[in-house]
Amino acid sequence: MMSFLTQPWPWYVAGPAIGLTVPLVYLYAGRKWGISSTFRDVCAATIPSGLDYFDYSWRHLGGWRLTMAAGLMIGGFVAALTGPGDVAISEATRADLGGLGINDFSGVVPSELFSWSALATVPGFVLIVVGGFLVGFGTRYANGCTSGHAISGLSALRVTSLVAVIGFFIGGLVSTHLLLPMLLGGGM
Amino acid sequence: MAIEPQNLQSSSMTTKPERLWPYLVIGIVLGIVFTRAEVVSWFRIQEMFRFQAFHMYGIIGSAVAVGAIGIQVIKRMGLRSMTHHPLELPTESFKAPGSQYWLGGIAFGLGWGLLGACPGPIYVLFGNGVTVMAAAFASALAGVWTYGALRHRLPHS
Repeated sequence: MMSFLTQPWPWYVAGPAIGLTVPLVYLYAGRKWGISSTFRDVCAATIPSGLDYFDYSWRHLGGWRLTMAAGLMIGGFVAALTGPGDVAISEATRADLGGLGINDFSGVVPSELFSWSALATVPGFVLIVVGGFLVGFGTRYANGCTSGHAISGLSALRVTSLVAVIGFFIGGLVSTHLLLPMLLGGGM
Repeated sequence: MAIEPQNLQSSSMTTKPERLWPYLVIGIVLGIVFTRAEVVSWFRIQEMFRFQAFHMYGIIGSAVAVGAIGIQVIKRMGLRSMTHHPLELPTESFKAPGSQYWLGGIAFGLGWGLLGACPGPIYVLFGNGVTVMAAAFASALAGVWTYGALRHRLPHS
């Protein structure tokens, strides 16, 4: 029991728990599970634009998912209070990232790249700001993210979701194998 | 507080109010699962895109399997929602997916590979104490706003 509290949870615990969210959310009020639409809700709620894309009742359509997003933050806070230290990634990944100058594996993200001070560096800016922009832009253009397309959409056997997920992987592979080495070079 | 979805076709049955607290509970549970299974970790996303561990593939694969079984059970048993709202199940007839899924998907993937977090984990990481994710969130909002402003000029089919 204690190891469940201190060790990383295996895929066969996490995956089914995440997948179960899809039928549960359907069975409660018929909602199709997805998270990235909250970004659109926040835009609709905060940025006056006059754009038709944001002209909808975000309270009625997005209240449920914004509440879920608040829960995600609370859950993250609770889990971090008692969590383990180093992420249990493979030796091969450690070696690859070490070659890119990333040597601190003590947190959930590399501290050299994901901090407020790193924002002022080129690699930190590209990873956080450019990466964040592309995540936001891409998820609305493709009309869904990892939750809406990879989990909800594939669960419903949607072809459009399969295409979107293939796109996610094409983009991710380009970032990992082309952009990151260019950005980080042999070290920082 | 209760909300009534407006986009859903009205059911012949009267609906019960949809409460928000179940979504808060689901969010908290998922936030804990995402953290403990290290789904939120930039390192794990790197490991996935380098094909160096089964972990993330196992999570996504088993999540889809459980989700698909759940949807099939709902469909075949003709289950209704507890609040009597109609289910937003996709009923699309097959048509070739438009370019928006390719182009948007690739743009999202480029960002996912850099940031190492998709939308759910952005929230969870902020809760984890990685406060710089607020900057990623603001930038993601800028990306969404840009899409909203440009979408009539972007290819969609």
